[in-house]
Amino acid sequence: MIDPFEIMETINMVDNEHLDIRTITMGISLLDCIGQDSDIASQKVYDKVARLAENLVPVGEQLERELGIPIINKRISVTPISIVGSACGDYVKFAKALDRAADATGVNFIGGYSALVQKGYTKGEYDFIETIPEALCTTNKICSSVNVGSTKAGISMDAVAHMGRIIKRTAELSKDRDGFGCAKLVVFANAVEDNPFMAGAFHGTGEGECVINVGVSGPGVVKKALEKVKGADFGVVADTIKKTAFKITRMGQLVAGEAAKRLGAQSGIVDLSLAPTPAIGDSVAHILEEMGVEKCGAPGTTAALALLNDAVKKGGVMASSYVGGLSGAFIPVSEDAGMIDAVRCGALSLEKLEAMTCVCSVGIDMVVVPGDTSAETISGILADEVAIGVINTKTTALRIIPAPGKKVGDTVEFGGLLGTGPVMPVNPYGCVDFISRGGRIPAPMHSLKN
Amino acid sequence: MKSVITVMGKDSVGIIAKVSELLAKNEINIIDISQTTYENQFLMVMIVDMKNSNISFAQTVNELKALGEELGQKIQVRNKKVFDSMHRI
Repeated sequence: MIDPFEIMETINMVDNEHLDIRTITMGISLLDCIGQDSDIASQKVYDKVARLAENLVPVGEQLERELGIPIINKRISVTPISIVGSACGDYVKFAKALDRAADATGVNFIGGYSALVQKGYTKGEYDFIETIPEALCTTNKICSSVNVGSTKAGISMDAVAHMGRIIKRTAELSKDRDGFGCAKLVVFANAVEDNPFMAGAFHGTGEGECVINVGVSGPGVVKKALEKVKGADFGVVADTIKKTAFKITRMGQLVAGEAAKRLGAQSGIVDLSLAPTPAIGDSVAHILEEMGVEKCGAPGTTAALALLNDAVKKGGVMASSYVGGLSGAFIPVSEDAGMIDAVRCGALSLEKLEAMTCVCSVGIDMVVVPGDTSAETISGILADEVAIGVINTKTTALRIIPAPGKKVGDTVEFGGLLGTGPVMPVNPYGCVDFISRGGRIPAPMHSLKN
Repeated sequence: MKSVITVMGKDSVGIIAKVSELLAKNEINIIDISQTTYENQFLMVMIVDMKNSNISFAQTVNELKALGEELGQKIQVRNKKVFDSMHRI
């Protein structure tokens, strides 16, 4: 029999500490929709997504009611559209078909307007990437991602330079919403094929027909657990986080299994994640501050984050049959009340954020920079971030918003889970000659590790 | 389906009776009850079996919630699997 104390602990996590399932994401293969006629192919895409995901939102709501745990997002990821649309080329038509499918199924985002070009472009992939700004700014619910580097292939510096220009163009096309289009665009190194989180979710070609992946969350629960061990040494801190992460992840495992069963889909992975929201009491930065750094970004922050990230994985792995996705603590600036405060008071800089991405999932995320930041400088920031991932055999990413007309000190409101972004200063020195070289940075070696 | 009903609020006479009455009316069987008060706060945890229930899970939730409002209690119902998965390996 379950102890009433344990029952109250669970209820308290949900009622007072923001324990939730961040997303149930249905991955759908669109490989069978490929065809030379873009009208027929995009209609097939719409039909397949609308059919397979028809019950995704109702089942999510049913589980929410029955288990008493909020499931914040119900989403879909699809086979990269650069592949699905390569035979006919009219990529934006696919984005619009997917946007209609999102409306029909009631999901809030569809990810997979994506390309994998870490080693080189096909002609189709180049054309596809050129359409990203238009696709993001003429649809509402489509998310895009591009993988420009991997530990096996090195870094495509042609793609890095290209993506700097694409990010700028996307910001410009959505300038009436402060560059909002860029919040739906992620550039990756070592992108994973089963990520349930937006904006970087896509359904890899190694995946099955229809798969349910789940992302859990609960920074507030971890923070509250650490409040009870104030002043204890790091062994106790790590153990406390592990135990809490175990409990959080068990919820994800339960939801993943039940959702897959009820939807007739394959059960994929649980993403062992700590994903913040702008709500008070749901911040990853505040966990680091609870550990003892005065403000997120102060000396000690990277070490605190390293411990947190590692302990979350250690606790979560035991709790789940299959883990995957991006697994780790997320540090999106505009989506985390503690990060926003830290930037505003000058404790957290772009450079410190970059250092933090060496030890956590996923990268420089939801960062707003001045609108006059050049495409080359954005490519430079991207190249640095991708290099960290490629050398350290981990996923890294950049989601940056050069908000048109905005300057350091301004604030950009994205609303909802995407939050509020204070404009961060960028190093004023340029890297034009570096970025204009082009070509590919070779894959790193895997011995002589120092 | 086995579910866990939790009832929390200010202590008063007849809370268990009212909740039990609602469950009995709907053919929901109580398997286990644990109840305590602390500084005038009432806390009850019930494990129930809903397999012969004559109303749906969603209806049960709504009826108990309405009863809770009447009694000044917060009443929640969850599938027992939630607690089993979090606290049992």
